[in-house]
Amino acid sequence: MTVLAIRGGHLIDPSAGVDAPRDILLKDGRVAEIASPGKLKLPEGAEVLDATGLMVAPGLVDIHVHLREPGQGYKETIATGTAAAAAGGFTSVAAMPNTTPVNDTPDITRWMQSPERHASARVFPIAAATRASKGEVLNDYAALKSAGAVAVTDDGHPILKDSVMREVLAAAARVGLSVIQHAEDTRMTQGASMNLGPVSFRLGLRGMPPEAESNLVERDIRLITELRESRAHLHVAHTSTAAALAAVRQARRSGLRVTCEVAPHHFLLTEEHVGLYNTNAKMNPPLRSAADRDAMIEGILDGVVDAIATDHAPHATHEKEVEFEHAPNGITGLETALGLSLRWLHREWKMPLGRVLSLLSAQPAALLNLKGRGTLAVGSFADVVVFDPKAEWTYRATESKSKAKNTPFDGWTMLGKVRWTVSEGRVVYNAAQSEERVWIDAPPVGRELI
Amino acid sequence: MDLSVESVSRLLARTTALENEDPLVRDRILAKRRIALLFYESSTRTRTSFELAAKSLGADTTLVSSLSSSIEKGESLKDTGLTLRALGAEAIILRHSSSGAAWLLEAETRLPVINAGDGMHEHPTQALLDLRTILAHLRPGTAPVNAETLAGVTVSIVGDILHSRVARSNMLLLPRLGARVLLCGPKELLPELAAQAGPGIAIERDFEAAVRQSQAIMMLRIQAERLAGLQLDLEEYKTSYQLTGQRLAALAPTAIVMHPGPIIRGLEITAGVADGVQSTILEQITNGVAIRMAVVERALLAARQGGRA
Repeated sequence: MTVLAIRGGHLIDPSAGVDAPRDILLKDGRVAEIASPGKLKLPEGAEVLDATGLMVAPGLVDIHVHLREPGQGYKETIATGTAAAAAGGFTSVAAMPNTTPVNDTPDITRWMQSPERHASARVFPIAAATRASKGEVLNDYAALKSAGAVAVTDDGHPILKDSVMREVLAAAARVGLSVIQHAEDTRMTQGASMNLGPVSFRLGLRGMPPEAESNLVERDIRLITELRESRAHLHVAHTSTAAALAAVRQARRSGLRVTCEVAPHHFLLTEEHVGLYNTNAKMNPPLRSAADRDAMIEGILDGVVDAIATDHAPHATHEKEVEFEHAPNGITGLETALGLSLRWLHREWKMPLGRVLSLLSAQPAALLNLKGRGTLAVGSFADVVVFDPKAEWTYRATESKSKAKNTPFDGWTMLGKVRWTVSEGRVVYNAAQSEERVWIDAPPVGRELI
Repeated sequence: MDLSVESVSRLLARTTALENEDPLVRDRILAKRRIALLFYESSTRTRTSFELAAKSLGADTTLVSSLSSSIEKGESLKDTGLTLRALGAEAIILRHSSSGAAWLLEAETRLPVINAGDGMHEHPTQALLDLRTILAHLRPGTAPVNAETLAGVTVSIVGDILHSRVARSNMLLLPRLGARVLLCGPKELLPELAAQAGPGIAIERDFEAAVRQSQAIMMLRIQAERLAGLQLDLEEYKTSYQLTGQRLAALAPTAIVMHPGPIIRGLEITAGVADGVQSTILEQITNGVAIRMAVVERALLAARQGGRA
């Protein structure tokens, strides 16, 4: 494996408390050395990236993506989805199990991580909590975990039965897996395609009440409270309502292991962005009211939100060119998360750069216990994003590495342009040669961290 | 319904002019122009009146309905629209069960699309013909109209507001001419947030109070096909919201009684009221043909000037 040095840049590694000019040496897929500028001794044949004027940060970690494989390769493949990840600065992505078939077995879990998938970023499968995500029979969590699953969820088929959810939380806690819930009481959202409110009324669309989210979060927190002794971990996916966030905040004050993520579209957009039935503004949970959007920003700034996750949900163009209520939910997000977070959280809302990056790397990695990810401490994985923090650029969906182009952020101005993304020591994205495709090796199973 | 008051005024003036025009002259206005009627839902009034309107301007029309077409085989709205365009359609009149379908069809075909009712969203030509009916009775001889023309007029829209595209188009259009719109119905069919749809809209749950304040009462059908599992006690509904001869005589003896049809006699309205002297139901239908002549003409002659009817 090649040796790679990144020199002349400004290293920012929130989890290690580093925010200074540093050179960094990557060797055998790990961070080998960090040195003051110019102090690095380069081994023979080392490749050097000149990061003068650029930021060097831990590769980003997205704990909520849909890579569509197995089974829906026409929307996205693990190769194209992780190529988009690399272009967006992500080196670790956690993939949801709503594939075809549903990822509810160790075989599928392993298949997704196989080097034959030609992934450009490390894929961490999240397995289904119940068989075929039907909310009835629990899967074998120990077996899934040893196959590489990092959490369990039934994602878009939230577990409504109290007894099943209680069992899921307890069983996952026994093997040390997190439970991720897409909080939606689907009994309250039948036939609905956007947020319930004045806009849905005006557009003649059936609406999803905010309570459909917050009620289920509150129910799950009640179950977690009952299971307090088991140290069960509940993670609330794509939180979108003020009420759900308030419930998470309250749970945390009570010392419960409840975490949450927010997607960029939920801290930037509101239901008004549906406009005249723009299907690229249709996702689940839907874009909410301005008050909910403001609550997401507040939660990010005050720290109750643990991670920014994209809910990257690629769909084929023809699937979105239909009547709004028939269009599938979801938008892509891997290539826009960093640029939107820097422009809005950092520049507009004055969040320190380190904290923004932490929400996109160290915190999500810690949340799912991804060891050696989201940090550039010596010995951790050589996952690095090198970006120009001052570069403003315009995102063009047509240029996306993803197979899909379904994004409401087409034409938006981004701040911070990725120059290189390095995944386990390999340059998987190079803005200067962005057509080149590079993929990484088999997962480093069994290799202990130095 | 995004027409300005000026556009509405021009359309109304044009409606009257076309209505009074010599049929043989009128016949040449859109001579041999091709208009497709694309209907995904059944319709008697709207479809026939659009067809008669287009034909009386000399246009050739063709009807494609969801049954008896490739739509049954799964062809998308986009592909159906592109097919009609390739067949030479210069405009499409669309009735569809999904809200927003007209916007989608227009975006995909780049043809003028006339919305003949989309899901629960809007039915703009119905609102225009309702306006013409209201003006004929309450402001006879007024032309052109402006933002004060209906000042002092209260129009109640009663019944299944939630599922009604007619209600939405009317509640957006009438206040633009100065009218006050009262929405009346049970909570299940009339959510509180309906009052936020636009200016000049208020909710009055008490039917008799609404009737008492109204110069025009617009009764709506309960849309069984859109209730989506909602259970309604129809006997209770009739007790609270049926427009009976007694109520009308006692509370609004001079108001006009409107209904976009189809009416369910004995449910939202009694037969006596539907056929009574205050009823404008058939007049609304007649106005539909006239209004749609002006709308079709506008779509084909001024298609690129923006604004939709």
